[in-house]
Amino acid sequence: MIPISYYLFLSLGLFSIGMIGVMTRRNIIIMLMCVELMLNSVNLLLVAFSKMHQAKNLGTEAGIDGQMLVLFIMVVAAAEVAIGLSIMILFYRKVYNVDVQSLNRLKH
Amino acid sequence: MEKYIWLIPLLPLLGFFINGLGRNTLSKSLISVIGSGVVFISFLLSVLVFMNVPSGEGAQPLIFHAFDILNFKSIQVPFSFQIDALTSIFLLIITGIGFLIHVYSAGYMKEDEGFGKFFAYLNLFIFFMLILVMGSNFFMMFIGWEGVGLCSFLLIGFWFKNRDYVGAAKKAFIMNRIGDVGFLLAMFWIYREFGTLQYTEVFGLLNTTHISSFAIGGITLLLFLAATGKSAQIPLFTWLPDAMAGPTPVSALIHAATMVTAGIFMITRCNELFELAPYTKEVIAWIGIITSLITATIAMRQNDIKKVLAYSTVSQLGLMFAAIGMGAYVAAVFHVMTHAFFKALLFLGAGSVIHGMHHEQDMTKMGGLKKYMPTTHITMLIGCIAIAGIPPLSGFFSKDEMLLSMFMGNKIIYAIGFIVSVLTSFYMFRLYFMTFSGELRNKEVAAEGHTAHPHESPKTMTIPLIVLAILSIIGGFVGIPELFMKNAHRLNQFLSGVIAPGEAHHISHSTEWLLIAALLSCVAVAIYLASKMYNGKVDKEATGVMKVFENKWYVDEIYQAIIISPIIGLGNIFKKYVEKSGIGRMVSGTGDLSYLISKNIRTVQTGNIGMYVLLMVIGIVAGLGIFFFGMF
Repeated sequence: MIPISYYLFLSLGLFSIGMIGVMTRRNIIIMLMCVELMLNSVNLLLVAFSKMHQAKNLGTEAGIDGQMLVLFIMVVAAAEVAIGLSIMILFYRKVYNVDVQSLNRLKH
Repeated sequence: MEKYIWLIPLLPLLGFFINGLGRNTLSKSLISVIGSGVVFISFLLSVLVFMNVPSGEGAQPLIFHAFDILNFKSIQVPFSFQIDALTSIFLLIITGIGFLIHVYSAGYMKEDEGFGKFFAYLNLFIFFMLILVMGSNFFMMFIGWEGVGLCSFLLIGFWFKNRDYVGAAKKAFIMNRIGDVGFLLAMFWIYREFGTLQYTEVFGLLNTTHISSFAIGGITLLLFLAATGKSAQIPLFTWLPDAMAGPTPVSALIHAATMVTAGIFMITRCNELFELAPYTKEVIAWIGIITSLITATIAMRQNDIKKVLAYSTVSQLGLMFAAIGMGAYVAAVFHVMTHAFFKALLFLGAGSVIHGMHHEQDMTKMGGLKKYMPTTHITMLIGCIAIAGIPPLSGFFSKDEMLLSMFMGNKIIYAIGFIVSVLTSFYMFRLYFMTFSGELRNKEVAAEGHTAHPHESPKTMTIPLIVLAILSIIGGFVGIPELFMKNAHRLNQFLSGVIAPGEAHHISHSTEWLLIAALLSCVAVAIYLASKMYNGKVDKEATGVMKVFENKWYVDEIYQAIIISPIIGLGNIFKKYVEKSGIGRMVSGTGDLSYLISKNIRTVQTGNIGMYVLLMVIGIVAGLGIFFFGMF
């Protein structure tokens, strides 16, 4: 069995990539994707811990709820992405590009 | 008595609501019938009360408890009536004279557009005055005290379109307020010392527990301050002459017969308290007699017919206070009663003259009116004789009793009282001669565009005059002194349950005769002088001391200089330095400061999303760091 630390590092790596992506990129689509990446890294972690928990208590139902929660999170995330994308489309219709820097009109 | 006692104040209140709500819809005759009718029924009930009230020595007051105004563990203030001999006399004066004046007003105010409002206010006044005299504790009296002050204010400023009248109303209200502070403080102090506000309990405690003389002195002085406000004594007397701005029936009812005697009533009600405060009594006597002298001298040189009567009222009230200072409470109450008769008569007579002269109040323009207004002339003459103290009219008996008490108490005060009595007869006959004898000086009285002659007033106005004239003649017989008849002082016996009878007169009858004879001869000389000086003539240009009298001793000017101007000056200083540059700066300063701060902080919102995310990440990391590693 793969030790839990592997999952931890993978998840940390994915999360960091997502975070750096959100912070550094200007393309709103990529930013949205990076946000999804962060979310899914956390999901991965949740599943990993859940699995570990289950392995420790074999024969019981312990840990199964974590994996079920992940499914719910995915559903919610899908809904959230739908909203995010529609905001993005409205944004594009407004400014005709995908650069978030053009969203600073309130400053002036 | 329990069945109807509460109707006495309730009926005028009802009249107030009906007339007040229907002031624009009800007809004038209906309003006057309702307004006078409720007071008349109250009067009938008061007569019943008067006949059934326990009187004489040792009589216990009847207490009727309605409900509690305040009911806490530490303080109970019931809404209850206390009926005793003193109250019943005031009930008769208030409702009886009140009724006559209501009837009179129906004629006097006929042309006025505020007719309904006027009757509503009058009814309200009667209600509050009844509460004042019927209450069984200081709190109830205070309700009435404030209420009559309010009605006085409303009625002085009745013709509120005239700025001077409004000013007079405000002056009366503010001056009364100064006195009311005294009443409030006295009430607090009484509560602290006695733990109750009920008259019977407070006066009962006086006999059983020891109360420091300092407290009693303080309480009585504060109560007397209240009395100086309401009853127009030095230093608060200047509002009463100005209060003549109100319609004449108001002057007769409120500012002569009833409200201004509230101070006398209050002190008489608390006579057991005042008897324990000799210094306060001394103060009362001196203030009363000095007020009396000053206002009597002012009255000698006034040309406004109502002003003369106003100053005369203050002067008579001063005499009453002087008598109270001598401990002669019965004499003071007696004079309240007779004074109510003849002063109401004089005011109503003056109102009739003013009405007949088409709103002319200046006596220098009158004269010879006896030809035009016979009824008014005769009744006014009776009033003048009564107030001058000529036997056997009512004024003689009450004034004689008061002067006698002063003679026994303090010879200097008696001397001043003697002078005041002579001056009274002088200025009253000056008024009489200037108004009624000689020839009419202002031949044509202008009345709204056309000229008209003076005319006698309608029946609704003359009948109250006649009734009051009869009362002024016979009113004194309830208090015939021992000099003339043994045990004929009915009032003294009647009130002996409320007012402990003083010691027997230690004065020989010959001295008494001498005093009366001296006074009467001086009064006769004064009347003769008045007839010489004013029969068809008016005052010449005033000089010297007369100018001081004519200008009312410059009291208003002095108050203006030493009180009002400094206060306004202080107000201006505060306005300039505290309000504008202090508080104003502070208030607008907070606004300016937050504007300044936000103007600078605003630039943080760059609109750069990457920056926001970076800051958010830093924040989260910092938060987690604090959470896990306990950095703080």
